[in-house]
Amino acid sequence: MTATAEIPGSGTTKELERGRPVGHAELARRADWIRLRTIDLIDQAGLGHYSSTFSCAEIFSVLYYHTLRLRPGRPDWPDRDRFLLGKGHVATGLWPVYADLGYYPAEWLETFGQLGSPLNDHPNMRLAPGVDFSSGSLGHNLSVGLGMSLAGRLTGRDYRTFVLTGDGEIQEGQVWEAIMAAGHYRLGGGLVAIVDANGFSGHGPTSDAIDIESVADRFTAFGWQAVEVDGHDVAALCATFDALPPVGEGRPVCVVARTRKGKGLAMMEESPQSWHLGHLTPEQRDRARAEIEARMR
Amino acid sequence: MTETQAPPATDPMPPGQEKAPEAREKMVDVFADDKGHTQVKTNPVGVEIARLADADERVVALSADMSAVLADLRARHPERYFEFGIAETNTISAAAGMAASGLRPYVLSMAPFGAIKCAEQLRTDVAYNHLPVRFVARLSGLAMGFFGTSHHAVEDVAIARTLTNLTVVAPADSNATVGLLRSTVEHDGPVFYRISEGTLPVYPEPPTFDYGKWVQVRPGDDLTIIGYGIGVGLALAAAETLAAEGIEAAVLDAVYLKPFDREALLAAAQRTGKLLTVEEHNEIGGLGSIVAEVLGRHRVPADLDTLALPDVDLEVGVPATLHAHYGLTPDGVARRARALVGA
Repeated sequence: MTATAEIPGSGTTKELERGRPVGHAELARRADWIRLRTIDLIDQAGLGHYSSTFSCAEIFSVLYYHTLRLRPGRPDWPDRDRFLLGKGHVATGLWPVYADLGYYPAEWLETFGQLGSPLNDHPNMRLAPGVDFSSGSLGHNLSVGLGMSLAGRLTGRDYRTFVLTGDGEIQEGQVWEAIMAAGHYRLGGGLVAIVDANGFSGHGPTSDAIDIESVADRFTAFGWQAVEVDGHDVAALCATFDALPPVGEGRPVCVVARTRKGKGLAMMEESPQSWHLGHLTPEQRDRARAEIEARMR
Repeated sequence: MTETQAPPATDPMPPGQEKAPEAREKMVDVFADDKGHTQVKTNPVGVEIARLADADERVVALSADMSAVLADLRARHPERYFEFGIAETNTISAAAGMAASGLRPYVLSMAPFGAIKCAEQLRTDVAYNHLPVRFVARLSGLAMGFFGTSHHAVEDVAIARTLTNLTVVAPADSNATVGLLRSTVEHDGPVFYRISEGTLPVYPEPPTFDYGKWVQVRPGDDLTIIGYGIGVGLALAAAETLAAEGIEAAVLDAVYLKPFDREALLAAAQRTGKLLTVEEHNEIGGLGSIVAEVLGRHRVPADLDTLALPDVDLEVGVPATLHAHYGLTPDGVARRARALVGA
């Protein structure tokens, strides 16, 4: 449990404003810390999704340590920005972040993988504070985010709803129902879809199964504005989220984050689908930790 | 996906179809209530949802191409009406998102598409998360039976009652629909309303229903007929016929299918010893199954017969024709009741 000691300013329960000033080097370091803690949690549980979590580690870092308006001491604060994890199988990467921000005690992490733990492989909003909506069945959460965004507009609140989807996830038909409806309702910066375009699904390259490109053109054709960004460039991610249009006006926003599945560990970058779901041996785990820790020094 | 429209009465009927005149006559009835309101906009569901919205600003309505019945709400609270088009899965998940944001969403959908297509959204997004979504499944059972087996909704109760945290109710007539919408308004979890069309009048005015309780709508000692939806009105009509023959049938309205009224069921079994269930649903997983499960678990010896739709490929036709074919008529119920009491 090294999180709070390593990350200055963490564990806060006060309101966190949008666009908090955190250095880019620090955000990059926090992304690696998420990778490190993911390795630890999967090691503890015996099974987990490594490479899909690693592809969005920078996105997690930038959203939770820079972009989102949050009040961790009050998880149901009505004006908080929402974050929905469409690709729910990477919740492991969020558990240490929520503990670090003060949503729940760090000791909860020690229960991960055990019967009765509030922290599951996929997130459950009824169990884990900080989770804005449960997920696990791919393709649902953009619809849920659409509903949240419409609710915000109706009740006069200016929160943003971010939904992270996998690139394979957008093969689900319901996603396109949601994209079509969100374009129709013109929610502007109130609804932000982030596509973690790591190019791989569980069993191989996403577009070998069914071609999803051009993601940006497809969203645009459905009434969104789309922007491409390097999903591992924390400065670019910060700039993209800082420049979001106002809530409730114009086209909703799709951020196509070009990422690499398994990013940050050579062995996983070389063979990403082998590490979609797995468990590192103790030797592999130690080498992996050493590789990441060397970068964090 | 479907776009169902009752053809206008002036449509020429295809040649060579003997039942065409009847079909033409009955088609409009699909959208009528038991007070003879054939105009969709007078449907009690839409009228009552608008009233609920007047009283509670959290109430919103989502439509998957079912907006006609929401005319009152659209007129009085246009900002609280959300059209989602022919996209049921998106509608239900979006309603879950709204409920998670403090709203009380009522989702209007056709039972075969909303309930059966979206079983997973109802389970994963709504029921598992305990969210107060109100799912109003109109045109259930064989109400759209003319349009094809795709439009039958005869598995919806079986699906809905297996979903943890979901309350499942089925009004017996339009007053019961209004009464149920009012009685459940403060319920903190999700509610599934299984709306039958073409019901016979049962309640003279909207009743207040106690949560999880059944209603005895007629006393009797020789047997108990238990129904929901159209089954209640059929049972009452059958009981009239039976009474003239000296058979006194109690009638129970199983308005709550989940949670159901175990006490009322066991009391009826012990009092009359003979139970007949009536439902416009597959014989598997509905009310007949509920009763059989309870009798078995409690080791209550009682004679049970279940009038339901057989688990075979069903016929296609207007509701009246189908109901007659499958015995879902007052005469059909009376026939089964006589056999049960050995008359």
